[in-house]
Amino acid sequence: MNFDPRYSGRNFSSVGTRPIRPDGIDKVTGRARYGADFNMAGQLVGRVLRSPHAHALIKSIDTSKAEKLAGVKAVITAKDLPDLTDGDAAMYDILDNSMARKKALYDGHAVAAVAAIDARTARQALKLIEVDYEVLPHVTDVDEAAQHHAPLINDQVFTEGLEEKPAKPSNVTKRTQFGHGDVHKGFAQADFVIERSFKTEQTHQGYIEPHACVASVNPDGTADLWVCTQGHFVYRQHCAQLLGLEASKLRVTSSEIGGGFGGKTHVWAEPVALALSRKAGRPVKLVMTRDEVFRASGPTSATSIDVKIGAKKDGTITAAEATLRYSCGPYPGSWAEIGAMTAFACYKLENVKTVGYEVLVNRPKTAAYRAPSAPMAAFAVESVVDELAKELGMDAVEFRIKNAAQEGTRSSYGPVYGPIGIGPTLEAVKSHPHMKAPLKANQGRGMACGFWFNFGGQTCTDLNIGMDGTVSLAVGTVDVGGSRASLSLVAAEELGIDYSQVKAVVADTSSLGYNDMTDGSRGTFSSSMATISAARNAIKILKDRAAQMWDIPVEDVTWEKGHAIAKGEKYGNLSPLSLKDIAAASGKTGGPIAGHSELVADGAGVSFATHICDVEVDPETGSTRVIRYTVVQDAGKAVHPTYVEGQYQGGAAQGIGWALNEEYIYGKDGRLQNPGFLDYRIPVCSDLPMIDTQILEIPNPNHPYGVRGVGETSIVPPLAAIANAVSNAVGVRMTHIPMSPPRILAALDAEREG
Amino acid sequence: MVEVTLWGSLSAVAGGKAKHDIEAKDIRELFRKLAEQYPGIEPWIDRGIAVAIDGTIYRDTWSKELPPGAEIFLLPRLAGG
Repeated sequence: MNFDPRYSGRNFSSVGTRPIRPDGIDKVTGRARYGADFNMAGQLVGRVLRSPHAHALIKSIDTSKAEKLAGVKAVITAKDLPDLTDGDAAMYDILDNSMARKKALYDGHAVAAVAAIDARTARQALKLIEVDYEVLPHVTDVDEAAQHHAPLINDQVFTEGLEEKPAKPSNVTKRTQFGHGDVHKGFAQADFVIERSFKTEQTHQGYIEPHACVASVNPDGTADLWVCTQGHFVYRQHCAQLLGLEASKLRVTSSEIGGGFGGKTHVWAEPVALALSRKAGRPVKLVMTRDEVFRASGPTSATSIDVKIGAKKDGTITAAEATLRYSCGPYPGSWAEIGAMTAFACYKLENVKTVGYEVLVNRPKTAAYRAPSAPMAAFAVESVVDELAKELGMDAVEFRIKNAAQEGTRSSYGPVYGPIGIGPTLEAVKSHPHMKAPLKANQGRGMACGFWFNFGGQTCTDLNIGMDGTVSLAVGTVDVGGSRASLSLVAAEELGIDYSQVKAVVADTSSLGYNDMTDGSRGTFSSSMATISAARNAIKILKDRAAQMWDIPVEDVTWEKGHAIAKGEKYGNLSPLSLKDIAAASGKTGGPIAGHSELVADGAGVSFATHICDVEVDPETGSTRVIRYTVVQDAGKAVHPTYVEGQYQGGAAQGIGWALNEEYIYGKDGRLQNPGFLDYRIPVCSDLPMIDTQILEIPNPNHPYGVRGVGETSIVPPLAAIANAVSNAVGVRMTHIPMSPPRILAALDAEREG
Repeated sequence: MVEVTLWGSLSAVAGGKAKHDIEAKDIRELFRKLAEQYPGIEPWIDRGIAVAIDGTIYRDTWSKELPPGAEIFLLPRLAGG
């Protein structure tokens, strides 16, 4: 990578301003095209038949009656998606999840699909498919699944990460461990030790737009996929591999996205739509219903976590330990591993140990959900931290400040930190007026900290300068949180032109080199780095063209504030040439002017947040209202502060829903009982207070502008902050998320009964 | 020569040792030498290992040099949302 990503400490003209969003008008007028808004001539309607059983052997599938129904153009089962994964276990799991091969592993697992001329015919056809199941015992609870006697979901799975290879298969797929020091010694030094167990229920990202795609496979082996995704290049790779297509012949175009939050980093229906189109010889549109989104896309883990923390009388934490069990759905994952890494990342600890267990259950395959796994670990740890502060008679913020990690601290997951923002977020919270505002009866205040890694990744960007001097920026990271605005600001900053001269678009997979998906809070971090690099490459060409126009050596040309300048007294009579001047002459100086960049954006800085929350709990009903909420978070550098504030608010809003209401509820039959927004209640505007934000800017040393990811960290503290607030309001430690009214009443009853 | 620390699970396939002294100029050479010494580590490299160099996490820049005396820490390559 011939690009220096180091922070330069420059002053900004465009970056840090708040222009209106480029996609705003399209979105409020309904012109924006989402996944389900795309149509192709002659397209068919795809529908999926799903298992009603949590765990069942598929003995046979008879599709003959469905195939004979007038209007049905294709019926597929797993036989139409042969295994081309060549020993790649992770890809095989994606294939099996797209269409069950031998067993249905959860309620909602796809077992067959049809393409028909209309939705009615497709639904009728599904009813004509006969599946002979042998129902097997199932397990949906993470703790029950980890028991030795639990029904086995995959008898080929033996727990990884144990000192001795186990003799028997298990639903526990992996054990991981992090930490340093000696926790036994540390606990022996403690004057106070708090130990508690916590549970969090499974939640869905709750994106408003269901998964949707249109697939068209042509007889010559070329194919198109129009899809709502967080990563169209990754979808192309996965779909091409699963269907045996050449990647370069599968063009994937990403639509606008009505929310993803990690749930659209994974293919679910797309391989099925492509397989249907290939068989039918016509385009197929496949849109999931909300019921299908809940039952058959990827929610986050349900968890069970034990935490133990010890401290001296002076408030120094001497040891911290956590055991984390995370559900993965029916396929192995690394969700507890992430929880184990993030659990104590906010603190400076001499003795720390975390152990994670990945657990298979008969639920949908777990997918990433915004800072995946970190919120649940933070809930458990920050609850105990709060309780320990009380036990010590210390202020909760002061206790955290005393133990906060800082530059040079060895993190709980291993490496030593560079410059980080946990201390500054805590200091900002300490002096925030919110902390001093009076509370009324039945109200409580809580605060909590959170950490997330942030990632970079492979990134490719094109910057094209039109002959009128306007700039089109083609990026390959899907805009999930305002990156088109922030990247336009970055291009304007680097070129020295006005924001209004730049138009950013998300290019399809045939128009740009490979990009990793928009996950890990990487969209603006990575693509801004590539945009800066592309702009600098374009400036080299602009300077060369100016030199031609002036007929002087290019070495005598500099670029300042959007203009080529001929440096030196001998060029005193030469007026600066603007980007527009140079672009207008480009046809006669060498043709189009463009800058390209392909790079791996690594070195994304970790980020921290501290949240404050006030709640009011009705002691008669157990109902909780959040009455005030404040987010303080380090952004590195806020490129477009309004979007950054929106990310902070969005994370808090999702966290409020997760903390108070959202929950997958399974019946004894292993079937999901609430697959819809009426029974799975996400917060609406009237449920939420104004969420105040405070942006801190501790520059990331590994980005030219100091940018860190901002999209995920904001969902890490809310579960804990709200749990601490509710616990303070009702005087009972809440240990089970969501803190729904029945759960709060049960906790109050249990307390009364002693 | 750099000292490399492996996270718990990875050290289990590297002779049970968390710390290793390796002669490697960059991440690519580090992975190659670890795999030569401990073949069991190869599937882990295929699945993805991130390398923290003085606290900065690198996931894909295998050409990244390992400065002498730097703290090198291997971590799982994680997913984000």
